[in-house]
Amino acid sequence: MSSGGFWYMGGYARYVWPCIGFACVVLAWNLWSARRYLAAAKIRAARAIAMAASEAR
Amino acid sequence: MWTWFYKLASPPYVYGVAAALMPWLLGLAAVTIGYGLIAGLGFAPPDYQQGDAFRIIYVHVPSAWMSEFVYTTMAVAGAIALIWRIKVAHAVAAASAPIGASLTLLALVTGSMWGKPMWGTYWAWDPRLTSELILLFVYVGVMSLRSAFEDPARGDRAAALLAVVGAVNVPIIHYSVVWWNSLHQGATVAKLGKPSIAGSMLWPLLSMFVGFMLFYGAVLCLRLQGEVLNRERQSAWVREAIKS
Repeated sequence: MSSGGFWYMGGYARYVWPCIGFACVVLAWNLWSARRYLAAAKIRAARAIAMAASEAR
Repeated sequence: MWTWFYKLASPPYVYGVAAALMPWLLGLAAVTIGYGLIAGLGFAPPDYQQGDAFRIIYVHVPSAWMSEFVYTTMAVAGAIALIWRIKVAHAVAAASAPIGASLTLLALVTGSMWGKPMWGTYWAWDPRLTSELILLFVYVGVMSLRSAFEDPARGDRAAALLAVVGAVNVPIIHYSVVWWNSLHQGATVAKLGKPSIAGSMLWPLLSMFVGFMLFYGAVLCLRLQGEVLNRERQSAWVREAIKS
C-alpha cells in the first residue's frame, strides 16, 4: 500500500481514522486515570498514616 | 497446592503482585497492539466486500470482546466477594468497572462508525447493538451504585449484587446474532470449525485481542493497587508500602 493509499483508506478514511484515534484516546485515558487514581490513593494513605501518628503523640 | 489461591485474598500480596506485574503487562500490550495496528492497517488486504472500512474491526472487535470479558471478570469477582466475603474481590470488581465501561463505549462508537458506510446508518435498534448499549448502562449503574452509599462496604455489596444479576446480559449479547434476526454479522473468528477470515487479516486481529487483554491487565493492576490502598489505609503494611 502506498503512503497516499494508506491515509486514503480506499475512500473510508473519515470512518477508519476517527475510530483509531478514539481507540487511542480511550486507551490513553484508561492509563492516565488509573495512574491518577493510584497517586491519589497513595496521598490519602500517607495522610491517614500521618494523622494516626500525630494522634498517637 | 492451594496456597497461591489463598494468597490472592491477601491485600498486601495482591498489592505487591500488581505492582510487579504492571510494567511487564503494559510493555507487552504496547508491542502486541503496535504489531496489530501496523499489520492490520498497513499490510492486511482490503476486504472484498467492505474494502478498507473493514479495518475498523481491529479496534471494534477487541473492544467488544473485552467489554464482555471485563464484565464477566467483574461479575465473577462480585460473586466471590459476596459468597466468601473477600475484600480483594470487591477491589477487583471496583477496579474493572471503569475499564469495562470505557471499552464498551469504544465498541459502540467504532461499531457505529463502521455501520454508517456499511448499513447506511450510525445506529439501528438491532439486538446486538441494543444489548451492548444495555451493557454500558449496567456498567454505569454498578459504578453509580457503589458510590451511592455512605458506608463503602454496603456500596460494595450492592454493586456486586447488581454485577452478578447483570451478567445475564453477557450471553444475550454473545448469542443475539444467533437467536434473533440481526443486521450485525455472525461469528467470524470465534466459531466452531475454521474461522471465515483470511489468516493475513486474522493474525493482526488476534494480536490486537491479546494486546487489549494485556492492557486490561496492566490498567487493572494500577487501579487495583489504588483500590487496595483505599480499603486498607489503616493497616500496618500500608505504612511500609507507602514508604517504599
